[in-house]
Amino acid sequence: MSVHPEVIRLLIFLVGIIAFAALNAAYLVWLERKEAGHIQRRIGPKEVGWFGLLQPLADGIKLMTKQLIVPAGVDPVLFRIAPILVMIPAIMSFVTIPFSDTLVARNLDIGLLAVFAFASVNVLGLLLGAWGSRNKYAVISAARVVSQNVAYEIPMLVTVVTMVMISHTMNLTKIVGQQMGGFWHWNFFNLTASPLMPVAFLIFFVCMLAETNRAPFDMAEAESELIAGAFTEYPGMGFGVFFMGEYANIVIGCSMATILFLGGWDCPFGLYPGVHWFLLKMYLLIFTVIWIRWTYPRTTFYGLLNLSWKILIPISFFNLLLTSAMLKVFKP
Amino acid sequence: MSAFAQTQLKETFVINLGPQHPATHGVLRVKLVMDGEYIVEAEPVLGYIHRMHEKMGENRTWAQFMPNTGRMDYLHALAYNHGYVTVVERAAGIKVPERAEYIRVITAELNRISSHLLWFGAFVLDLGGFTPLLYAFDDREQILDLLESVTGSRLTYSYFRFGGVYNDIDGNFVPGALAFIKRLRERMPMYHALVTKNIILRKRLEDIGFITPEMCRKYGATGPVARGSGINFDVRKHEPYSIYPELDFDVPVYPKGDSMARYLVRMDEIEQSMRIVEQAIAKLPEGPVMAEKAPKILKPAKGDYYHAVETARGSFGLRVVSDGTNTPYRLKLRSPTFSNLSLFGEACQGMLLPDALALMGSLDLVIPEIDR
Repeated sequence: MSVHPEVIRLLIFLVGIIAFAALNAAYLVWLERKEAGHIQRRIGPKEVGWFGLLQPLADGIKLMTKQLIVPAGVDPVLFRIAPILVMIPAIMSFVTIPFSDTLVARNLDIGLLAVFAFASVNVLGLLLGAWGSRNKYAVISAARVVSQNVAYEIPMLVTVVTMVMISHTMNLTKIVGQQMGGFWHWNFFNLTASPLMPVAFLIFFVCMLAETNRAPFDMAEAESELIAGAFTEYPGMGFGVFFMGEYANIVIGCSMATILFLGGWDCPFGLYPGVHWFLLKMYLLIFTVIWIRWTYPRTTFYGLLNLSWKILIPISFFNLLLTSAMLKVFKP
Repeated sequence: MSAFAQTQLKETFVINLGPQHPATHGVLRVKLVMDGEYIVEAEPVLGYIHRMHEKMGENRTWAQFMPNTGRMDYLHALAYNHGYVTVVERAAGIKVPERAEYIRVITAELNRISSHLLWFGAFVLDLGGFTPLLYAFDDREQILDLLESVTGSRLTYSYFRFGGVYNDIDGNFVPGALAFIKRLRERMPMYHALVTKNIILRKRLEDIGFITPEMCRKYGATGPVARGSGINFDVRKHEPYSIYPELDFDVPVYPKGDSMARYLVRMDEIEQSMRIVEQAIAKLPEGPVMAEKAPKILKPAKGDYYHAVETARGSFGLRVVSDGTNTPYRLKLRSPTFSNLSLFGEACQGMLLPDALALMGSLDLVIPEIDR
């Protein structure tokens, strides 16, 4: 009995994707700690392995050997299911992300839609976990997470709709394909489509920070206000899986920013495009995300909502109108 | 209808902030009645680190109580030592050599800078910014090294003695202190650029967390909390002690009363303390650092004595009653943070949780000093 080669290909990709997501989660923690260390004029992890490179392994072993306490009074089903609900969709999103023109698990025509559909499950996982914990701090955090995500998905998706209008497709590979041939072709510099393109990128980036609950918008965790917010009651690997999901979401957010605005795997100078360029851009964005976290204090919850509803949403809608008008005039 | 019943009409819930919570910096517990994220009522619950300092004072000799004063406010221990030795010296009629008073002021002011630096870092940490804490610790470390070289310890110094100080400063102290002041002067603009001018921080502090002058009078708030509400009161200026009248320094006062005003008062006080240290070093006289006729066994004359000092957190008052024996008859310690915290319940009503925690951070709480 022969197996269809497509099935084997998919299996290999799935294993690869899970490994990629897990490795990224582990080593982004290392990067975060190392970068934070250097920003704060200390060294960061250095004892376990070269430059502390085995630190994530030690952390993982520590988390996994801890007892999984299910506190009395929690909803046992929701409490257990929530970390998985955060992690699985994050891994699923990787399926449609093209790392290069050939390196993509499933080249869907609605790839863009699929990524954002999976990304929005993240909030459900946090909500259920916080609610199921039956902890007052976690419930406050849950309320924050939901209204924060509602506020931030709108400008983000409006910006994405703008990009779809420019690209005429939701296929991520084709979106990148249109941006090939040097940095002046990238959507970020596509000023003939809309002069507000860099602003759109900024909106997307800020919304991504808020979506992934990263500082300065980490309202859900807010350790100095809500102890650990939604994760307060989670021990050991329950917390670890939430954590991995969070980092996987950051990787996806930065990948989407790379694909939509920065030309994916295209080389800025038109030489040797490939997966290395994609990873370089993605990790540069992730580096910036970490940099922002260790520089700024946290905003308040209402400050965040004000920023979204009063500034980002009007600008993104204006950008949408401007882009559609310019498309009508210049590319009828 | 009672106030309690009224709160039951709305759907409120009680949340226990502490005694182990990252924002309370120790074992303070605040019982919050919340309406969603709005605070309806806040009641600080004290006593988790009560060590009966006042009772301990009645059971040990005058000199034995000295270390206790430094353990109340471990961040500005020298000012508390200063208050205690001054009131006992007044009771016992001991004359302190001038050089000793200068050294006391120099070290106490350096200690004040270190306390404010730590508050600065911890306050920004409360607001979610991690990095300034470690920058501030970097600077604070220099002060601790300096003080360690002259007092022998880094946190609870117990450096002063009745009649002077334990040890004269060595040759490295003065150049070290001046070098540190030069370094901090260069770093203050960095702090202001990184933190004070940050738009997120300004939005979180400006026009939020008002404390009115009436509230300060009602609860007896002193120090930077009162000065941030426009009350120009500094014990060093208005009830002068030690050599402060001979030194030229300003009392920063901001009339607005929001969290930002208290922040700015402390940042300005760092600058003023640097000025004080510089002047005191320039005027530092030669001579002994210990009174020659300081008695070994202290038996102050019968009487009732009061003395207050300006610490990093406000006015610290000591009332000492002596019955002529070698132990105090009564020691009453009036600690500033206790009064400053008392107004929290009134000031934070109707505020959102993150703003109330910013307000609490701006009060600069040191819990062992509240409980004593």
